[in-house]
Amino acid sequence: MTGQRTTRGGRIDRTRPVSFTFDGRSYQGFAGDTLASALLAQGVRLFGRSFKYHRPRGLLAAGTEEPNALVTVIRDAARRTPNLQATQIEIYEGLVAESQNRWPSLGFDLNAVNGLLSPLLTSGFYYKTFMWPRFAWHRWYEPVIRAAAGPAHAPRVPDPDRYAQRFAHCDVLVVGAGPAGLAAALAAAATGARVILCDEQAEPGGSLLDEPAATIDERPAARWIEEALATLGAQPNVTLLRRTTAFGYFPHNMVGLVECLTDHLAAPAASAPRERLWQVRAREVVLATGAIERPLVFPGNDRPGVMLASAARTYLHRFGVRVGSRIAVIAGCDEAYAAALDLHAAGASIAIVADVRAAATGEGVQAARAAGLPVAERATVLGTAGGRGIRSVTLGTVARDGTIGKGDTVDCDTVLMSGGYTPSVHLFSQSRGKLRWDAEIQAFVPGASAERERSAGACRGVDGLEVVLTDGAQAGAAAAGDAGYAGTAPRYRVIARDFSRRGAPGALAQPGIEPPAKAFVDFQSDVTTRDLVLAAREGFESIEHVKRYTTTGMASDQGKTSGMNALAFVAEGLDRTPPQVGLTTFRMPYTPVTFGSFAGYDRGDLFDPVRTTPTHAWALTNGAVFEDVGLWKRARYFPRPGEDMHAAVARECLAVRSGCGVFDASTLGKIEVVGADAAQFLSRLYVNNFANLAVGRARYGVLLREDGFVYDDGVIARLADDRFHVTTTTGGAARVFGMMEDYLQTEWPDLETWLTSTTEQWSVIAVQGPRARDVLAGLVEDVDLSPGALPHMSVARGRICGVPMLLFRVSFTGELGFEINVPADYGQAVWEAVYAAGKSHGITPYGTETMHVLRAEKGYIIVGQETDGTATPDDAGLNWAIGKTKPDFVGKRSLERPAIKAPGRKQLVGLLTVDPATVLEEGAQVVATPGQSPPMQLIGHVTSSYASAVLGRSIALAMVADGRARTGQTLYVPMPGGDVPVQVTSPVFYDAEGARLHG
Amino acid sequence: MLIINCPYCGPRPELEFSYAGQAHVARPADPAATGDDEWTAYLYLRTNTRGVHAERWRHARGCARFFNALRDTTTDRFVATYRSGEAPPAIATEAAP
Repeated sequence: MTGQRTTRGGRIDRTRPVSFTFDGRSYQGFAGDTLASALLAQGVRLFGRSFKYHRPRGLLAAGTEEPNALVTVIRDAARRTPNLQATQIEIYEGLVAESQNRWPSLGFDLNAVNGLLSPLLTSGFYYKTFMWPRFAWHRWYEPVIRAAAGPAHAPRVPDPDRYAQRFAHCDVLVVGAGPAGLAAALAAAATGARVILCDEQAEPGGSLLDEPAATIDERPAARWIEEALATLGAQPNVTLLRRTTAFGYFPHNMVGLVECLTDHLAAPAASAPRERLWQVRAREVVLATGAIERPLVFPGNDRPGVMLASAARTYLHRFGVRVGSRIAVIAGCDEAYAAALDLHAAGASIAIVADVRAAATGEGVQAARAAGLPVAERATVLGTAGGRGIRSVTLGTVARDGTIGKGDTVDCDTVLMSGGYTPSVHLFSQSRGKLRWDAEIQAFVPGASAERERSAGACRGVDGLEVVLTDGAQAGAAAAGDAGYAGTAPRYRVIARDFSRRGAPGALAQPGIEPPAKAFVDFQSDVTTRDLVLAAREGFESIEHVKRYTTTGMASDQGKTSGMNALAFVAEGLDRTPPQVGLTTFRMPYTPVTFGSFAGYDRGDLFDPVRTTPTHAWALTNGAVFEDVGLWKRARYFPRPGEDMHAAVARECLAVRSGCGVFDASTLGKIEVVGADAAQFLSRLYVNNFANLAVGRARYGVLLREDGFVYDDGVIARLADDRFHVTTTTGGAARVFGMMEDYLQTEWPDLETWLTSTTEQWSVIAVQGPRARDVLAGLVEDVDLSPGALPHMSVARGRICGVPMLLFRVSFTGELGFEINVPADYGQAVWEAVYAAGKSHGITPYGTETMHVLRAEKGYIIVGQETDGTATPDDAGLNWAIGKTKPDFVGKRSLERPAIKAPGRKQLVGLLTVDPATVLEEGAQVVATPGQSPPMQLIGHVTSSYASAVLGRSIALAMVADGRARTGQTLYVPMPGGDVPVQVTSPVFYDAEGARLHG
Repeated sequence: MLIINCPYCGPRPELEFSYAGQAHVARPADPAATGDDEWTAYLYLRTNTRGVHAERWRHARGCARFFNALRDTTTDRFVATYRSGEAPPAIATEAAP
C-alpha cells in the first residue's frame, strides 16, 4: 500500500475529476492537483531515473525544490516542455506527461547498469576515465556519454507560443505570499503604497496552507488567507501575481518576474501569451521567500518513498493525499514530528520516529509521545531496502561516545525525513547582500543589505507562525514607510503548534567514513558523500571547487536541497566551520526560465526594425532582389525574366556606362552641420579643408579616428556660409553622428555648431550615365545643368516635379552623375517621374551590386570593405584628400607615428588575374611566390572582386604590403585548386583620366 | 539594470545610455608638439581602476549629451554624475582608493 487519496480534506475539488496520461497510461486526479499529487494519490511512486546512475527516483518534495520528478509535458510537436517539475505542473483535462532519462521504459531502464559502473563514475570521472586513447573521446566516449546523459529533449520545431513582457514600477514589491509575505503586503498596502505581491504557486498561502489547524485572529488559517487575498484584491494599489516567480534580483531594485499564464489551462486561447516577463522596479523590496527543508543524508536515502516530512504534510493538507500507510519518520528537527502526528491522525501507521539529534527535545517530541507514537532517540540510519519503492529502513544507535551500533530494521512503505530548514536567501544573495552565518540555527541568513530591501519570515531564519506574521507585517510597514507611506504593523493573535525547525546540516553518522551504500547529497546531480570525500581527499577544499569538481548543486535545481548539506559535510570533513569553507554564489534564475519569456516580442518580424527606402514599393513591384545592409532593405539588382544575378548586374552596368541608370541612394547617412563655426568644425574633424570650399561646391571628405585610421567617408557640400550637408556611409551614419557630437560636446564646446541627422528626411535618387543630363533636363526647374554652371562636385537648389530639391553633381560610378535629394515623402513620385522621363534614354534601374561593380571599376573604395580599421589614408590611396596646410585634424598627429610611416604597410592596389575569366574570392590571401605550403608568407588580401562587363574581364581590389611598389609584378592567390597568378595594377581600371566624370 | 542619473535629465534606466570610455582624457592642445610617447599614451593608455573610476557616458537615447560619472568598479555603483567640463565632485577623492 502506498499513496492514497483521503476521503476529505485538502484544497482539491473532489467534484471535478481531471483525466491525464503519464507515460501513456491514463490517470485521474482532481482540479487543484499537481501532476505529483495526482499520481501519488494513484499509488505511483516511480517518477524518474537519476541523472548519472539511472536509479529509480520518486518525489522528494512538493514544491519548486523537487530534484527528482522531472517530466516532459507534451501538447503537440512544437509544444514539448522538458524538465518540468511534476510538483509544479497543475493538471488539466487531457494533460500528457512523460518521464525522462530512461530507456526503454521508466520501470526497466537499461542505463541503470551505470549503477554497477559507479566506481568509474566518481567525481571528475570525465577527467580521469576517458583519457585514453586520445582520439577516442570524440569518436567513442563523448557520443555514448551524450546519448546516455541529458535528461530530456527539446522540441525540434520553433516555439509557436507568444511571450509577453512588461515593465512595472511599485513602491513595495513583496516576493512570496506565504504568511510573512501576505502580512507584509497587507501592512504595506494599508498605507496606500503601490504594492506588487508575487508568488510562484497557483495558490497563495505558502506554508500556511499546510497548517489547517492553526488560527489567526480567531480564524482558521485557510480563511485568514482568503480574507487577506480579498482585502488585497479589493485595493486598487495592489497587484497580486500568482504563478509568478521572482527569478532574478538586478541592480537598483529591479526584480525579474516570470508569470505563467497558460501552462495550467487545458485549452489556452490561441491569442493568449504563454508567459509574461515582468521587469519590476521597486522602491523597496520585501523578500518573504520562505525556507526549504533539508533532506537527511544516509545510505539509500534516494529510494522512491523517501520524502521530505514537510512534503508529506503538503500532500496531505493541500492535496488530500496520504503519502503512505506505514511510515518511518527520521527526525533531524522537531518539526518532523508534525508530519508524524498529521499522518497518524490521517490514518497512517507510524512505524517509528527515529530522532537523529543529540537530544530529542521539543514540543513535537512531547506531542508525539503523548499521542503514543514510538520514538527512538539518538538514532541514525544505516541503510534502506527496496527496489522501485522502499520496503524497510535499518536504524542505528549512536552511543554517548559516538560509537554506532546496529539498530532495528523497520518495515515501512514510506520514510519521511527532516534535517531542518535552509532559509531561501537566493534573491537576497543575488542582490549582493552579504550573508551571515548564524551558528545557532546552523544556517546562512541575510546580513547587510546592498539594495533597498529587507527579508522577512523564514527566509531570514525566523521560526514560528506568530513571529513570522509579525515579522512580515513589520517589514511591510517599514518598507512602505521607507517608500514614503506611513503606516503601522498590526499584531496577529495566533494559535498554532510551534515546533522548532532547527536542525543540523550534513550527513548522518555512519560507522565508517564511507557508507556501504550510496548516501546522496545532491539527488539531481547524483552526488554522494563518497564523491565529496574523494574531492576533499584530492585537495578540493573550497566549496566553489568542490561544487565544480563533483557537480553538486549544478543541476537545474541549483542545489536547493543539497547545498547546505554538501557544505556542512565538507566542512566537517575538513574540520572547519561552513563559513570557512565558503558558500557558492547564488545566481539567477531561481528556477529555470524559458528562453521565450526573455525573447518576448523580439522575434520574427519584430526581432529588428526593418528600414525601407522611399522607393521600396516601386522596387518591390519591379522585381528587385533585396539585400540587408544593416537594418536597411536595399535593392541589390533588378533581374529580368531568365536573368541570374550575374546577367542582371552585367546588363545594369553596361546601361549606366552607355546610357543612363537610376539608383536609390537614400540610405546614405546625412548630417546637416550648421553654425558660424561649421566650416571650422568640419575642418578640425575631416582630413580635408573646408574653409576654402565655396558655397555650392562639394568635396569628398575622409574622416579618421584619432589613431589615424580611416573611419568613414562621404561627400560634404556647402549650402551656405554656415551650412553644410554631410553624407556618410550607410553603415556609418549613426556612429559618425555620435563621433561628431562627442567632439563638439566635449573637445570643442566653444564652437558654434549644431548637428542634425537628416538621413531619413531626404530621398536620394542617383541618375548616372552619359545621358543623365538629358534625362533630367526636362524635369528640373531653376537649375542650370550645364557643365559650366553645375560642374562635377557641386550642388544647387531647385525644384523637380514641383518639389523642392537639392541637386548634387556627384558620381560614384565614374560617369556623369547627379543625385536628386527631395523630401522623403516625395521620393517615389520623383523616382517614377525620372524613370518615365528616362525611358526614351534607356534608363535602367540598378541596385547595390551594380553600384559596387561600377565603383570598383573606378577604384573607389568602400570604407569597411577595402579598409578594416587599420588602414590610413595613405594605405587606401587617399592622401590626395588631405588638406596639406591644415595644422591639425582628427587623426593627423597619429599619421606621424613611426609605425604608420614604416615601410611594409598594406596599400590599395588593383589585381588582374592572368586568366581574365577567373573571378577571385573576396577575402582570399595574396602571396609573393607560388607553391608555398602552410604556413605561407601572406602579404595581402583581396578586398573586392567582380566580373566587369565593360572591361570584359574580372577585376579585383586588394590591400597588399608595399603594394604600389609592386605594380607590374605577378603575385599569387592560393586557392584550394592551386595558385591563381595575378598582376598588380593601379586600382583604377576604367577611364583613368576621368574624362567621363566631367562630361 | 542600473539607474543612471543624467545630469541633464535625471535618473533614467541604463537602457537609455551608452558607455564612452574613461573620462578626463583630454586631447592634447597642440598635437603636433606632442611627443610620440605622450601621444600614444593619449590614444591607448587607460587606467584599469579597481574602485572609483571616472568615465564618460552618453544619454544616447535621451538628451544625447555626454557627461561624466564616477562609478565604483568593484560594486558597479554610480557614486556621482556630473557635466562634461566640470571637475569630479569631491566625493571622488574621498572614495578613491
